[in-house]
Amino acid sequence: MDERVVFDAIVDALVEEFELDRARMTSDAHLIETLGLDSLDFVDMVVVLQNRFGVSIRDEPRARQVRTLGDLHALVMDIRANGPGRPADFDGRAGDGLGSQTDGRRE
Amino acid sequence: MSELMRSDRAEVVVTGVGAVSPFGTGTGALIDGLAAGRSAIRVCEELAAVRGLRCCLAGLAGEMRCEWLDRRFRRTMSRMSLMAAEAAREAIHHAGLSPQHLRSPRSGVCAGSTVGSTIANEAFFRQYLQSQSIENIRSTAFFMLMSHTVSANLAQAFGVGGRTICPTAACATSAMAIGLAYEAIARHQADVMICGGTDEHHPLTTAVFDLLDAASTQSPACPDGAPRPFDANRDGVVCSEGAGILILESAAHARRRNAPVLAEVVGFATNNACGSLSHSDSRATADCIRAALDVAGLAPGDIAYINAHATGTLQGDAQEGQGIFAVFADRTPVSSLKGHLGHTLAASAALESIASIEMMRRGVIWPTRNLETLDPGCGRCDYVRRERHAEIQFVLKNSSALGGTNAVLVLGRPRNG
Repeated sequence: MDERVVFDAIVDALVEEFELDRARMTSDAHLIETLGLDSLDFVDMVVVLQNRFGVSIRDEPRARQVRTLGDLHALVMDIRANGPGRPADFDGRAGDGLGSQTDGRRE
Repeated sequence: MSELMRSDRAEVVVTGVGAVSPFGTGTGALIDGLAAGRSAIRVCEELAAVRGLRCCLAGLAGEMRCEWLDRRFRRTMSRMSLMAAEAAREAIHHAGLSPQHLRSPRSGVCAGSTVGSTIANEAFFRQYLQSQSIENIRSTAFFMLMSHTVSANLAQAFGVGGRTICPTAACATSAMAIGLAYEAIARHQADVMICGGTDEHHPLTTAVFDLLDAASTQSPACPDGAPRPFDANRDGVVCSEGAGILILESAAHARRRNAPVLAEVVGFATNNACGSLSHSDSRATADCIRAALDVAGLAPGDIAYINAHATGTLQGDAQEGQGIFAVFADRTPVSSLKGHLGHTLAASAALESIASIEMMRRGVIWPTRNLETLDPGCGRCDYVRRERHAEIQFVLKNSSALGGTNAVLVLGRPRNG
């Protein structure tokens, strides 16, 4: 599956899952600010992408740096090519990407 | 409530209603179906496919998408909450409430269901038990499973800033919800309450009644012949689904914004028939009715119509009928709308209250559908078997539930209506 096919598959999955406008699904689209997704959506996005691509993303530390659709695409491509969990790529920064909780989620 | 002097209570009025019923979406569909004497009961293939389940009938509300509602709110809603949202939308529009009214800390929600979403529960355990994994469980599952899913989702979807209460009393849930909302306003704790109940169809619900030998086994060749409240040949409940929502408001608040007043809520009481979880009891029914009349400051003779709970079970209808007779003898007309609608469970008292308000407005009493041969075991009440015209100032709505719960509402026609 080449890069373009993977990108289109991610777009298809997210458009369907989150009722998003396909016209806004550009590589630089910010998942929160542009597409309006939140922490609950991030949980479901991981489920959808794991099922779609047969990869493990949930415990992937690099997911914390994902901000844009392009970042997400790059992460999926990388996990597909090299497998999950490459600590050398994870700089340990707290992020607002997948898996973080930035919207005041209550218990 | 009788401890609070009537003169100290805020007057409580109904300013909006909304319905999703087996007749379809909207109060208009509900009222048209009832006024025409139609049955909403159909053969349900999903039930027919369940081994050992003897009831194959249901009253289903049709497709429910709520695309008008933002995805952020829809994603945490099961079918029951979607139906409640659709009904609440109609009721809020009907009442003319603005987002500013709803955002007030003096506006609240009091609505519930029999249980959290059974459809969502099944989906969760189907996934979990097959995979022994939670990897495919969506983040929104819990918000559909939790017991207060209905009130929480309504409060979020409509931006309601005040108290969020979720009574759960099985088939008496919406009578309880309307009653608690009434008490909150009467005690000056709130100005506006969105209240009622909802339930979604699932085979488990029908199975619960079938296991107790209380679900109808009427032939699929004649689905509209069941249920048969108060009839000598009744054979049990037909489960349905839907949502009924009422907007309760203090009369003063309604007057300030020139809101339409559809009815008054003048009394509510609830008690428990302590002897059995599964069987109702005529004495407790009568006690609860008397307590509601006491709160309302009314005598039995003031009630012009009783909307019964009667679901078509052998024991339940008989106990209810005897309880009603103990208070009213044969002087007050009685009917049940379950013969048209089936048992909409947590939605039933709200939908039937909405219908009762319309009967008051029209000056008509709709009969019990399928009541052909009266069971003398149900007491010698004045059971309405054909549409009847009547001047109705006050209606008593009776409701009861597995668990021994009784809940009774007293509604009145608007004083200037």
